[in-house]
Amino acid sequence: MSVLDHLPVLPIIVPLAAATVMLLLSESRRGLRTSIALGSLLVQLAVALTLLYQTTDAAAHIWDDGIGVYPIGGWPAPFGIVLVVDRLSAMMLSLVAIVSLSVLVYSLAHWDKPGQPFHSLFQLLVMGQNGAFLTGDLFSLFVFFEILLAASYGLVLRGTGMGRVRTGLHYIAVNLAASFLFLIGVALMYGTVGTLNMADLLGRVAALEPDERALFDAGAWILGIAFLVKAGSWPLNSWLPGAYAVSMAPIAAGFAIMTKVGVYAVLRIGTLMSEDEAAATILGSILYYTGLVTLVSGSIGMLATQHLKRLVAYSVIVSSGLMLASLGLGVESVTAPVLFYLVTSVLTTAAFFLLTGMTDRTRLQAPVTDHIETDREMMPDYMAFGIRAPDPYGTEEEVGAAIPAAMAFLGLMFVCCVLLVTGLPPLPGFVAKFTLLSVVLETTPTVGARNAGWVLAVAVLATGLVGIIALTRIGMRLFWSSTERRTPRLHVTEAAPVAFLVLVCLVLAAASAPVMRFLEATANSLHDPDTYITTVLSSIPDTHGDAESSSGDLGGGAP
Amino acid sequence: MELVYALAVGILVSAGVWLLLRPRTFQVIMGLSLLSYATNLFIFGMGRLHMQRPPILNDAAPDPSLYTDPVPQALVLTAIVIGFATTALFLVVLLALRGLSGTDHVDGREPEQ
Repeated sequence: MSVLDHLPVLPIIVPLAAATVMLLLSESRRGLRTSIALGSLLVQLAVALTLLYQTTDAAAHIWDDGIGVYPIGGWPAPFGIVLVVDRLSAMMLSLVAIVSLSVLVYSLAHWDKPGQPFHSLFQLLVMGQNGAFLTGDLFSLFVFFEILLAASYGLVLRGTGMGRVRTGLHYIAVNLAASFLFLIGVALMYGTVGTLNMADLLGRVAALEPDERALFDAGAWILGIAFLVKAGSWPLNSWLPGAYAVSMAPIAAGFAIMTKVGVYAVLRIGTLMSEDEAAATILGSILYYTGLVTLVSGSIGMLATQHLKRLVAYSVIVSSGLMLASLGLGVESVTAPVLFYLVTSVLTTAAFFLLTGMTDRTRLQAPVTDHIETDREMMPDYMAFGIRAPDPYGTEEEVGAAIPAAMAFLGLMFVCCVLLVTGLPPLPGFVAKFTLLSVVLETTPTVGARNAGWVLAVAVLATGLVGIIALTRIGMRLFWSSTERRTPRLHVTEAAPVAFLVLVCLVLAAASAPVMRFLEATANSLHDPDTYITTVLSSIPDTHGDAESSSGDLGGGAP
Repeated sequence: MELVYALAVGILVSAGVWLLLRPRTFQVIMGLSLLSYATNLFIFGMGRLHMQRPPILNDAAPDPSLYTDPVPQALVLTAIVIGFATTALFLVVLLALRGLSGTDHVDGREPEQ
C-alpha cells in the first residue's frame, strides 16, 4: 500500500500522537507545544482537503463512486473495523479542520495559558470528531463519541469558577446518561442482527423475524434518542445553552461542530437503515416534530436571553432544529440544502463564538447578569488542582500586534455574523435557507408532506425574524451605547480567524453553484446505500502480504 | 437464569434512574454507576447467556456452537473502561462543586424553603 492509501487514518492518528506528545512536554515549552498543535491541524487540513478531492468526480479514478474504505489492521469488513471516507465524511472532516485551525490560532492570543493541558484536550476533541465522521462501525462510533465528549468535559471546565463547574456537572451527567442509551441501543442491534458494521446492517435487518425486528427497531430508537441528545434536540437540549455560554469563547467555537456530529449520525445511520428511500431517518416523522419544537423553543430562548454567548448557543439549537425538521420531512431532495445549511451554520456559529470573546472585552467591568459569575473570586479555592483561571476579560496587556480600528472591525464582523445566522442576503445563510425552503415547497409528494413543508417554511422564516430582533437588540447595546464601553485591544491572531471564517462563508456564497453540485452528489450517494454497502463489504485488502504489513504498522483497531 | 438476569438489570436501571433524578450530587453519581452496571450487564446479555462455553476459539473444538459470542465481552470491557474514566471525572467535578459552593446540591445552592 502506498502512503496515499493510509490517508484516511491520519485524521485520527495525527491528533492522537500530537496530544500524547504535548502531554509529556513541560509547561515551559510553550513554543514547541504551539508548533506541534498548529502542525497537527495543518496536516489534518491538508489530509482532509485531499480526501475531499479524492471523493469528487474529478478524481473518480482513485475510488469508485467516491467511497474509500480503509480496513484497520488489514481486517476486512464486516469482521474488522473499517474507516469509510465518502463525500459526507470528507466534507465534515474538512469542516472540522477549518474550524479547529481557526479556533487554535485564536486561542494562541492568550486563552491557552498554562494550567490544564488545553492543547492536548483540544487535539483529542478534534480526534474524536474526525473518528466519528470516519468510522464505519457502530461501536467505534460510540468510542469516538466518548473521546470527544471526555475532551469536551475538560474544556468546558477550563478556567473553572462556580458557573463552569455547576454547568459542567449538568453537562457531564446528561451526556453520560445519553452514552448509556447509546450503548443499550448498540447492544440491542448487535443482539438481533449480530453485526456492528454499519454497511452490514441493512442486509441483515431485512432477513429478521418479525419479533426480532421489533427488538431491533427498539434498539434503533434508543440509539436515535442518544443521537438527539448530542444534536441538541428538544426536549433533550437543556444542557446545551448553559455549557456553551459558560465555556470560554474559543472552546465554545470548537464545540460548534459537536451538535452536528449528532445530526451526522442521524443522517448516516438513518440512510443506511431505511429500506424505502423516502424514509430517510431512523426516527421518521418524530424527527420532524421534535425538530420543529426545537426550532421554536430555540428562538424563544434567543429572545429571552440578554447575554450574547448564550444567544449564539440558542442559535445553535435553532440550526439543529431546522436541520432535524427538514430531514424529518423524509424528502430526499432536501438533503443537499440541509448539508449546505450545516456547513454555513457551523462556520457561522464558530465565528460568532470567537467574536463573543472579543466583544466581552468591551465591557468596563465583568458582567454579573445571566448566571455568568466572574472567575477571579473563585481562584483561591482552586489552587489545589493546579489550575489558574485565565482572565476572561483581558485586563492584562497582551503582547504582540494589535489591529487598528478595533471597534469598526468588531461591528463589521458582528453584522456579518448576524446576517449569516438569520439568513439574510447576500451571505450564504440566505442561500442555504432559500434553497432549503424552495426545495421543501417544490417537492410535495403528498398533501400531508406539503402541509408539513409549509409549516416548516413559516417556522423558519418566523425564527429568522425573531433572530434578527434578538441580535439587533444586543448589537445596539454593544455598539451604540458607547459611553458604557471601552475599545478593546484586539490581537491579530484573534481577529484573523474570525475574518477567515466569515471569508470562507463568503467564498461559499460566491461558489454556491459548484458547492451545491458537490452536495447533491453527496446526497445522492447517501440515498443510494447499496453502493456504500457493496463498496465497504467488498473491501478485501489486495494481497495477503499487504494486509500483514499494514496490521504490523498500525496495530489493532479495537480499543 | 434469563429471568433472574433480566430482573437484576431491570432493578439496577430503575434504581439508577431514580437516583439520577435526585438533587444530591452523591446520589447522581451512584445513579450513574448503577446505570453503567446495568448497561454492561445488558450488553453482556446480548451475547446470549450460556454456561460452560469459552469465548476464545481453539483448535481442539472447531465447532462454533461450542463457544459463546466473544464480541459482547469485548464491548463490555471497553464500556467498563470508558464508564470508569468518565465516572472518575464526574467525581472530580462533584468535589469541585462541593468545594466551591459548600453544598452538595446539583445546582450549587439549596432550594429556597
